[in-house]
Amino acid sequence: MCGIVGLYLKNDKYEGELGKLFTPMLIAMTERGPDSAGFAIYGDEVTEGCKLTLRHEDENFDWQALADEIKTSLNTTVDWFQNSKVAVFKVGADAESVEDYLASNHHDVMVMSAGKSIEILKEVGLPEHIVDSFKLSQMKGSHIIGHTRMATESAVTMEGSHPFSTGLDLCLVHNGSFSNHNRLRQELKREGIEFSTENDTEVAAGYLTYRLQQGDSLNEALENALQTLDGFYTLTIGTKDGFAVVRDPIACKPAVIAETDDYVAMASEYQALTTLPGIENAKVWEPEPARIYVWERGTTH
Amino acid sequence: MTTNNLAEKSATENGVYDLAVQSVRELNQALHDQRHQLTCTEWKVLNPKGQHNIAVGVDKKLTIDIQGHAGYYCAGMNKEADITVHGHAGQGVAENMMSGTVRVKGNASSSAGATAHGGLLIIEGDAGSRCGISMKGVDIVVKGSVGHMSCFMGQAGILAVCGDAGDALGDSLYEAHIYVKGSVKSLGADCIEKEMRPEHIEELTALFERAGVTDQDPKDFKRYGSARQLYNFKVDNAAAY
Repeated sequence: MCGIVGLYLKNDKYEGELGKLFTPMLIAMTERGPDSAGFAIYGDEVTEGCKLTLRHEDENFDWQALADEIKTSLNTTVDWFQNSKVAVFKVGADAESVEDYLASNHHDVMVMSAGKSIEILKEVGLPEHIVDSFKLSQMKGSHIIGHTRMATESAVTMEGSHPFSTGLDLCLVHNGSFSNHNRLRQELKREGIEFSTENDTEVAAGYLTYRLQQGDSLNEALENALQTLDGFYTLTIGTKDGFAVVRDPIACKPAVIAETDDYVAMASEYQALTTLPGIENAKVWEPEPARIYVWERGTTH
Repeated sequence: MTTNNLAEKSATENGVYDLAVQSVRELNQALHDQRHQLTCTEWKVLNPKGQHNIAVGVDKKLTIDIQGHAGYYCAGMNKEADITVHGHAGQGVAENMMSGTVRVKGNASSSAGATAHGGLLIIEGDAGSRCGISMKGVDIVVKGSVGHMSCFMGQAGILAVCGDAGDALGDSLYEAHIYVKGSVKSLGADCIEKEMRPEHIEELTALFERAGVTDQDPKDFKRYGSARQLYNFKVDNAAAY
């Protein structure tokens, strides 16, 4: 089953309350996905270097030592804070060199997301516990997408939960299942895309990463995904400036969108939208199958 | 406990259920109980907020007003009741309805009126995909447009669409009658446009009258039906049984 939710603010009116508005939306989708939950929040953008969300299984991991090490080894600046098992690192160097350094020296540190603005936080457990542990209600930002999981295609693990990072400041959440993920995973592996789970959504994420590497725009990558991914799905893709929504050509999986002057919200079910301000008078509709919807600041769709 | 019983009793008597404080299960039980002992004919449901299964399985001539948006399967299996959703409705509104009237003031999601045997479903906005899928006698009026695969395997009843229809309209159709005023993106297998004869104008006029639709002229509509060329229509295949 699974539930997906997204909230994109058109202006800065609710930026201070993004987490607070989003918390009940994610919890409302518990019935569709009680085994894991996660979200990708965009805000607190760095102008120089990059921002990485890192995770270590040990909550008492010495992040300060890692920060010092990166500072010295890469001769750069590091600013960091911890949130549960996750730490957000703002590094003066570019994301690739930090990721390379971690891959060579710290296998136990997992890179959840990389970019200028994105932070991906996800865990196994009930959505209400997860939003509590990450203190989502206190978070600020411009947009956020989230997922509540009811696993069907792979194990209930943190790695198998959503959102999946698909590149710098990009991520994906998915409701549905892909039937050609095994073959596609093999093909993508040959192209050098790495996978860490048997999860089908990770393959879709890997496919988007691959298309974007090939020079596709986000829109082109999604057009190609519609041709290549076989199965039933509603996808929401978080980008640095907004989000995109796409449903499979026969629209098997639910999705509803609500729009006001201040925000665009999407969810698997309307129930997740009822706590938003002004929802009574919002324009509420169902996205059409195989049509790519994009909302980004600075662009009209 | 006493307080709860009192609250329930008064709700049953005055017919107002507030789903912000009462459960859908309580509401539906109270509606089902009306079949055995009628205490109230006018019902109001407050704060539906997209909850599923509101007013499902009603089996009595009641008037039920749902004041807001409904989730999945609202008014499913309805018998006799007149149910109005003053908002949008989720998937499967009035699915398997037997009789009565269901009116959605806003849009409806996919599979509106699916497999319904009778009654009248009016959607004042748009309907999503598979509107009237496998309909078995219900009459459906959509004032807006319908999505793809509407009336798929429609067996009986009328689907009238005042807007446009999506892909594969009436695929594998049996005997349901389809009328569309706007464009049809594509027709499904074995569905063809048919001549609009006087009896069809009459049929559509009567349907609009029942549905309270006054701003449509049946003459503007085109009729679609089954070409009766698929396997089940071939007498040669009868030998398989």
